[in-house]
Parts: sequence; structure tokens; C-alpha cells
Amino acid sequence: MTTVAAAPILEMRRISKDFPGVRALSEVSIAVGPGQIHAVAGENGAGKSTLMKVLSGVYPYGSYDGDIVFHGKLQRFRSVASSETVGIVTIHQEFALIPELSITENIFLGSEITRRGVIDWSEQNRQATSLLELVGLREDPNTQIKHLGVGKQQLVEIARALHKDVKLLILDEPTATLNGTDSQHLLSLILGLKGRGVSSIIISHKLNEIEQIADSITILRDGRAIETLSVQAQEVDEDRIIRGMVGRSLQSRFPDRQPRIGEVFFEVKDWTVRHPHVPERLVCKGESFEVRRGEIVGLAGLMGAGRTELAMSIFGRSYGSYVSGQIFKDGREIVLNSVADAIAHGIAYVSEDRTNLGLNLLDDVKESIVSARLRKISRGGRVDEWEERRVAESFRAGLRIKTPTIDEGVSKLSGGNQQKVVLAKWMFTDPELLILDEPTRGIDVGAKFEIYGIIQRLAAQGGGVVLISSELPELLGVCDRIYTIFEGRITNNLLVTHADPETLMRSITTTQKKAATR
Amino acid sequence: MTDEAPMRRTAPSRLAELRHLFGGQRSGRQFGILGALVAIVIFFQIVTGGKTLDPINLLNLVNGNAYVLILAIGMVMVIIAGHIDLSVGSVAAFVGVIVAISIDNWHWPWLFGLLLGLGVGAVVGAWQGFWVAYVGVPAFIVTLAGMLIFRGANQFVGNSTSVSLPAGDTFSFIGSGYLPDPAWGVQLNLSTVVLGLAAIAAVIIRTLRRRRRARGGGAEELPLWVDVLRVALLVAVIGAGTYLFAEGPIGTSFPISGVILVALVLGYSFLSNRTVIGRHIYAVGGNWRAAELSGVNIRRTNFFVMMNMSIIAAFAGEMWVARAAASGPGDGIGWELDAIAAVFIGGAAVSGGIGTIVGSVIGGLVIAVLNNGLALLGVSSDRVQIIKGLVLLVAVGIDVYSQRRGRPSLIGRFQRRSTAAGLPGDEPLPSSAPVPNGPTP
Repeated sequence: MTTVAAAPILEMRRISKDFPGVRALSEVSIAVGPGQIHAVAGENGAGKSTLMKVLSGVYPYGSYDGDIVFHGKLQRFRSVASSETVGIVTIHQEFALIPELSITENIFLGSEITRRGVIDWSEQNRQATSLLELVGLREDPNTQIKHLGVGKQQLVEIARALHKDVKLLILDEPTATLNGTDSQHLLSLILGLKGRGVSSIIISHKLNEIEQIADSITILRDGRAIETLSVQAQEVDEDRIIRGMVGRSLQSRFPDRQPRIGEVFFEVKDWTVRHPHVPERLVCKGESFEVRRGEIVGLAGLMGAGRTELAMSIFGRSYGSYVSGQIFKDGREIVLNSVADAIAHGIAYVSEDRTNLGLNLLDDVKESIVSARLRKISRGGRVDEWEERRVAESFRAGLRIKTPTIDEGVSKLSGGNQQKVVLAKWMFTDPELLILDEPTRGIDVGAKFEIYGIIQRLAAQGGGVVLISSELPELLGVCDRIYTIFEGRITNNLLVTHADPETLMRSITTTQKKAATR
Repeated sequence: MTDEAPMRRTAPSRLAELRHLFGGQRSGRQFGILGALVAIVIFFQIVTGGKTLDPINLLNLVNGNAYVLILAIGMVMVIIAGHIDLSVGSVAAFVGVIVAISIDNWHWPWLFGLLLGLGVGAVVGAWQGFWVAYVGVPAFIVTLAGMLIFRGANQFVGNSTSVSLPAGDTFSFIGSGYLPDPAWGVQLNLSTVVLGLAAIAAVIIRTLRRRRRARGGGAEELPLWVDVLRVALLVAVIGAGTYLFAEGPIGTSFPISGVILVALVLGYSFLSNRTVIGRHIYAVGGNWRAAELSGVNIRRTNFFVMMNMSIIAAFAGEMWVARAAASGPGDGIGWELDAIAAVFIGGAAVSGGIGTIVGSVIGGLVIAVLNNGLALLGVSSDRVQIIKGLVLLVAVGIDVYSQRRGRPSLIGRFQRRSTAAGLPGDEPLPSSAPVPNGPTP
């Protein structure tokens, strides 16, 4: 533990938090001094967000082990509201603003200034104006939130936090959705708040930003605090942080495999897609990639980099609006205007959002498995329920789906088994190209291993697999080749034998085409 | 101690197997609502001194409610898909007046009038389906507009007056007709007996076929005693019903409207459970985004349910006109609310994705028996409305409450389709790890 000059304003001591089957946090301790900016870094799933949710009261006192000491007092937050009353305010990646209301209304929502029970609009507007000035947002406080860009919305969030008399600001990936200028403005604002005595905890994947503003950095890995580095006291650079984040052995977490890679059969050329709501924003900027038969291709990138958007827009244009680009299968161009087209052409997409996009949670196991290609087991529009049972039973045995029967509701299965059901659903469509979006998110280690095995078997059958993942070890352990993607652009294309975590991390966090040689 | 263990296991397992009596785990809600219906019937049978199960009362009950029960069939499909249809009463009235005019003024044969009415229903349904499915206006708004438009259209076409059918028109049989009776010197109505025996035979044959297929592979076979008991119960109910309807006054039988209702229930149950379009309706209502990403054509599915509802409403309107032998400007007022109440009492979810045809019809029967029984008791209509409102609220309230408590509810939890095969598990399932449902702040 590094020395913090004054007595820390916040201490989290030996925090542990368990989810069913997973230990998300294991005895993590951090300390933040008054007016300090503390960064928390780590891979996806390392426990950063969980730690912040413990701190802000999303996971209430009693649902975790360990102590939170704020302003020298042991705190027992029962809800987000109770952490806000002592001055801990979280700015989330997705904002909690109401788009139809004005800036003023949002800032004072829940703490309206009233005179004899009636809202004092002139006073609210006066205070709102000065708060906006403070955060450097030049907008009429009567502007509706929906007319503001993401960057400005974030400033409104911070203005709202300041109104609540914030002592400690938690920022979860604050610049993930911002462009360069907005990011810089936000960072300097955080530094400005530091000057006013407000401490911050910032979670970020963008290591250059951390380096730029943080006083100290805690690195989390697999739910443990690996080390805390002080920026002044020690030599801190990106490489040092990356090594801390990814430094673990990759052995034996992945099944062995002998790839048999054939010729290119699936190609995407100059793929450009517009954001569904913000027409001037491109989420894919003329990117091209190819997949060979028998190959597992990784798509590495941070959340929001455009990986999911790329995949979903290819999968029957189910995301954004198509601008330009071509898809070739076995050398012939194919046009996929709908999901049904994509399925008919042997393309399957397993969504990262299992419960919202992958499954109908009201279905049972057998209904889910056949749902993406009902016609395969129906004649003249009539579903053959005996064939359905036979298919479901064979997948249940083949993928070792742990369920009492195939009549069990999918909502009752564990995350790993739900994911196997989703995989079965898409394997049932006989895909030639299987796109998997974060297939192992929120799944315990044992189930992960099995899912890797299933992916490898699919590739061995002569199809191609595209694996989208934020977990670099997973990509390195499973894939044959990896594309890296950053802000809608493919920045690198590496054979896995030439890739290492540091190179990948650099390619997904910067626009640099080539990794620096060390 | 060691001897006791297996003994203890049998009791709960027998109890669990009992659940399969009516189609396994998932139809438990139907089981519950069916139990409620039986309880209400028995209650009124006792307090009215036997008037409830009197043949003439039963005839009135079926004839007088068939149109609402038929509307409930269409409505449950709309609600499963996640929509609502407020226009059914107006559509029924609009179609009714057109049919009446075509038969009375234009002297069309009744069959042509009937087909014209269904055609008008299809056009109306296509209109509403277009706005819901392709423009994306919420069904609540589209059908609220439809409620006004077609009520107005009814009064415009019919000049806000009543249009009577010619006396003795054969059209009336679909609303209040009876099966032919060759008599042959038998006291009972023969066609009703034949119908009842056919239903009993169908139940037995179906059960035998399912057992044979289950043995062949796929589903686990239910214990023999469960099937035997189930068949025995069904045979007893069908047999008693057959006897009651058959021993009615000379010239009566199981009503035609009841035959039509049973045929529609069977047909639409098949559609919703066993066909691709049926699965798609549940998929769209359960999670339309997942359905879309599974290749389901959401627009076509929504268009289908809305159009189908209007055609069913058209038919209900025709039944009404046939029975009343006239079409009036006030026909069909409030029908949509009766149909919606039946669907929700029958276990459908407001959020969509959940509901059954059979459950909804049973829900409709609960309301019908309640209406009828209270009327027999001489309860005034103001109080009848209060009681009906409370029944709706309590039925859905119990369901919501027990779902929130996360345990198998009295009439909840298994509320989806009745699957052909039941679960073999005779013990409470081991609660596997809860779904990580990504807690959001």
C-alpha cells in the first residue's frame, strides 16, 4: 500500500463479494485521499464495476464482506440513495437522465427547490446556470436532454452530482462513448474538481487517460487487487499497467486443438454502417475481413468499439443503417436484408445479451433450441413435437446441458447452461459461419471450458467461427487469428502465434497500427 | 429409519403426479382456473337449489355467451402477442348490420351474407393490422380509433336504427339453433349423444396414441394411473354434460353455437400450440427482440393476430345477429371488455407471451356462470358488476402476488401452453443457480 499524504477520505477494507458460482471480489482494499484521483484498472470481469457497486450501495450492506470507511466513519449503505446522502455519487456509462425533461429539471430531480410546496423555477434556473458554468457547459438550462450529445449529457450528470454536494465522484468508463475533444474537456473538469477538494474514482480502459490524470492506480485481476501504484512515487507507464492487468498463465484453461484451416469462404468488404439514432456517426468505417473454413477468428476490442455493431449489421442488417459494403460467401456476393436471409445463408449470431436478445425466457429448453429454425422440424406449418423432443434431447446430451428435463423453463437454468441452450439453438440452424458475441460472459470457469470445446468442434466440422471477446486470454487461447478493432476501425490482424496480450491491448486502446517493439 | 425413507418419498411423488392430470406442469394455471369454475358451478348449483345445472339454463348459458367466448379466443392471441384490441365490439356491430342488410334488404342467401360479413371483417382486420404492424402505431391507439370508426360506421350504414332479419330465416341457427334429432322413440336427443360419445372416444384414442408414442421414444411416459384417472374424470364430465343437454326439452340438443365454439377452441389450440405461426406469436410476445434475431417476421406475425381478431369479431357479430334476429346501433357495446377480462382471468399476462386458448375460454365461462348464477339469485345488475370487477381483480391479484413471491402460485407459474407431455420429475426441482440477471443500478 502506498502512502497517502493526508488521512484517506475513503477506505474500502478487504471487500469480498460472491455471486452464485463465482467469487467476483476477493479481499480487495483501496484507499482514496482527499482531493485525489484514484484509477481502477483491469480487464472486463476483473471486478471493477462490482467494487464500485459495493461502494455506491447497489449491493447493499450485508451482501458483501469487508468494511467501507468514509470520512472516518464505518458506512453501511442500504441503497444508492444512502451513499448519495454522504456525498458519494456515481456517473454511469448509461446515464440516468430523463431525455424528455430539461437540464434544470434533471439536475433537481428528486431534490426540487420549493417555496410553500411550489417549485421555485427562477431559483432552480439560477443555480442550474451557475452549475453549468462550473462544468463548462454553455447551454440554456431549459434545453431538453434529448437535444444534447453524449458528451454534454455527461456534463449534466456531473452538474447534478455537484448539486448533491459530492465529496467522492465515481466515474465508470466516462470517456467510453466520447470523442477526443469531449474526453479532454471531461478530464480537465475532473482535474478542476480535484482542485475544489472533490475526490474521484475513475474506471477506464484508456490507459493514456489514467496516466494523464490519476494520482494512484489500483489494478484488479480476477477479483483481486494485484497492486496499487502511485503515479508520483513510482515509475508508471502503460506497459506497467498492462502487465499487471493481463499477467496470468494461460495454460490449461483451454482445450487442446489441432486446427485444420482451409480456404477463405466468407469475406466482408468495405463495410460501413451508420449509428441508428445519430446519423452523422459511423459505427463501422469501411472495414474488411475474411474467414477461412475451419478457422476461429477473434474480434478483439473494448465495449463500444463497434464489434457488436459490426457483427449485428452483417447478420441481416439487424443494427444501424447500412451505408455500403459487400458480403461474399464462397466467392459469390450475398445480400442479407433480414435475419431470415442470414440464417438461410448459413450465418448465425449468438448475442452478447443472452437474456434480452438471445432467449425468450418464457420458453422451455426444447422450444428455445428449435426456435431459430422451426421450419426444419415442421411440415406444412405444423411443428412436429416429437421431432422437437428428439432434437432437444440430442443437444442436451451432446452439449451436456444441465437441466432436469427439456421441458424446464430456460429462466431456471444457470447462466452457463442458458448459454449452451443458445449455442444449441444456433447449431440447430446448421450454420457455416457462427458469430459468437462474448459467449462466456458471466459464466463460470467450468462451463467456459466446455463452451470453448463446442466452438472448436464447430470449426473442426469445416465451418468458420468469429469470436468477439473483451477477454484477451480467451482470444489468445481459442483463436487462430485475431482482428483488433478500435473506434469502428480494424486496427490490426494478427496470427495468434504472433500475438501477445500487450500487443493486443495496445491495438484495442489506441489507433496505433503497429505495436511498439520492446 | 432406512425402511422409512422410501415410504416418505411416495406421498409427495403421488401428489406431484396428480398435477399431470390436466396436461402437466405448465397447464397448472388452467387446472387452477378450471377448479375455480367447478367450485363456482357447484356453489351456484347449491344456492340456486339446482337451477344452475338445469338443461334449459345450460342452453341459455351457452347460447347467450358463445359470442364472448369466441371473442376471447381471438383476444388471447392478440394479448399473447403483446397487443390489445378495443375495437371488437364495434367491428362485430359493423359487420352485423352489413350482414342484416344483405339478407333483409338485398335478399341475399344467408350463406353469402355470412361470407360477406367475414370478408368485411378481414378487410377491417387488414386495416388495423397495417397500422399496428407496418406503421408501428400501438394497438391500443389503433383499436381505440377502430372502436370509434366502426361504431360510427355501424350507425351510418344502419341509419342508427335496428335492422330485422326476415322471420323464419335459417340464418338464426348459428346463433340459437339445435342439432337435428331423429328421435327414433328415444327420450334423449340422439345427435347430442353421438357427439358426446365421439368426444369420449377421441379422449381415449388420443391418450392411447400418446402413450404409445411416448414409449416409442422422446417423452417420458406418465404413470398409468394418472392417465386412467384423467380419462375417467374427462369421461365423467363429458358424459354428464351430454346427458344434461340430451335430456332437455324436445327439439333441443347441444346448441349449434356450442358446437362452433368447441370447433374453434380445438382449431385455434392446434394453431397456437402446434404450428409455426403459433410459436411465432408466443415468441413475439415473449421477447420480440430475441424473436427478431431468430429470424421471425415480426410484422407479419402482428398483422396476422390483428387481422385474425377482426375476422373472429365479425363472426361473433354474425352469431349475435343470428340469435337476436336483428342488428341494432347498440350491439356489441362493452364486448371488448368482457373478452379482455376473460383472457386475464384465464391466466394471460399483460406483458405478453403468456396465455392459452383453453384458459381464456374457461375464464370466459367463469364470468358467464357468475352472471348467470347471480341473475338466477335475483341479484341486481349493479351488484353483479361490482362482483365481476372484484373477481377479475382478485384472480389476477393472486397470480401477480404469488409470482412475486417466486413460488408456484395457486393459478400461476405453469400458465403457458398445455404441453402434450408432462414432466417426469416427481420431486421439487433442485433450484439451479439463479439467473445472473445483471443487476442494474
